[in-house]
Amino acid sequence: MKFNGEILQLSRDISLLQFVQENKYDISKIAVELNGDIVPKTSYADVMLREEDILEVVSFVGGG
Amino acid sequence: MRITVNGKEIETNCNTIYELCEYLGKLKDVVIINGYQTSENCTLSEQDVVFVIEKGVMPEQNDLESMMAARHTPQVHARAKAAKVAIAGLGGLGSNIAVVLARTGVGSLLLVDFDIVEPSNLNRQNYHIDHLGLPKTVALQKQIRKINPFIKVKIKTVRVEEANIPELFAGYDVVCEAFDNPEAKAMLVNTVLEQLPGVKIVAASGMAGYASSNLIRTEQRLKNLYICGDSENAARIGNGLMAPRVQICAGHQANMVLRLLLGIEEV
Repeated sequence: MKFNGEILQLSRDISLLQFVQENKYDISKIAVELNGDIVPKTSYADVMLREEDILEVVSFVGGG
Repeated sequence: MRITVNGKEIETNCNTIYELCEYLGKLKDVVIINGYQTSENCTLSEQDVVFVIEKGVMPEQNDLESMMAARHTPQVHARAKAAKVAIAGLGGLGSNIAVVLARTGVGSLLLVDFDIVEPSNLNRQNYHIDHLGLPKTVALQKQIRKINPFIKVKIKTVRVEEANIPELFAGYDVVCEAFDNPEAKAMLVNTVLEQLPGVKIVAASGMAGYASSNLIRTEQRLKNLYICGDSENAARIGNGLMAPRVQICAGHQANMVLRLLLGIEEV
């Protein structure tokens, strides 16, 4: 899978929710695009990642 | 040949700027040709857009708008004027973005914030002592009227929430995310991208403190999402928000907005 521009080996069946949690993202501060489409937060648990996927996760820090 | 002088199209036999000034009986205080100010004489060509401005002379209201636009490249100004940009959050980022876009001549601005101006805002936000206690929307609208009275400014003094985002921002070319709180940033970005397809969002992440200016960059992170900032320097205890980096980041956002309005999607 391609994750934030880098190739990554998926070692097991994993949902988008598990993936972002394991990568220590704070779900309330991110936006996720999978294969060019934004993924609603309510779908993170239902989306299973596949090897051909292109995943982008952006995370925000505070200040403005 | 046909040229435009101070906003009016005229037929002229003058071949140079100096001949034109003499013909108009005007001093050559400020001469701007096709968006470029020059102190040298130059040859005129068909379709040139020329401004001859005398310093200290208050122009007629009718001429003011075109004279204010004199330093904009002509086609750029026309597209900016036709554009609609929304700014969500009017703190250090949003207040500076709004003023810069108004100076750039973006024709329609929507300013959204629920808060009022208080003393701790003045270290980085584009407000003055006499704005204290006013809603930020109102204070900013007053300033923009003084900077460029030809900009249409709509204000909404409300808190931006998932439920009101589609109604607030539908129909805008670009939305600027200019909040402070990271959860609010993510909420706005997710909701706009999910519910307003085609609307582009220019957001910010990481501009606190006084780390190098050069760490602040603009990146296209998702199809319709651009993020400006260093992505790391969060506002936190011991690393406060300060005017220089906040303005740099606001400048990045405003320039990306302008590029998008001109049809340029690369950062």
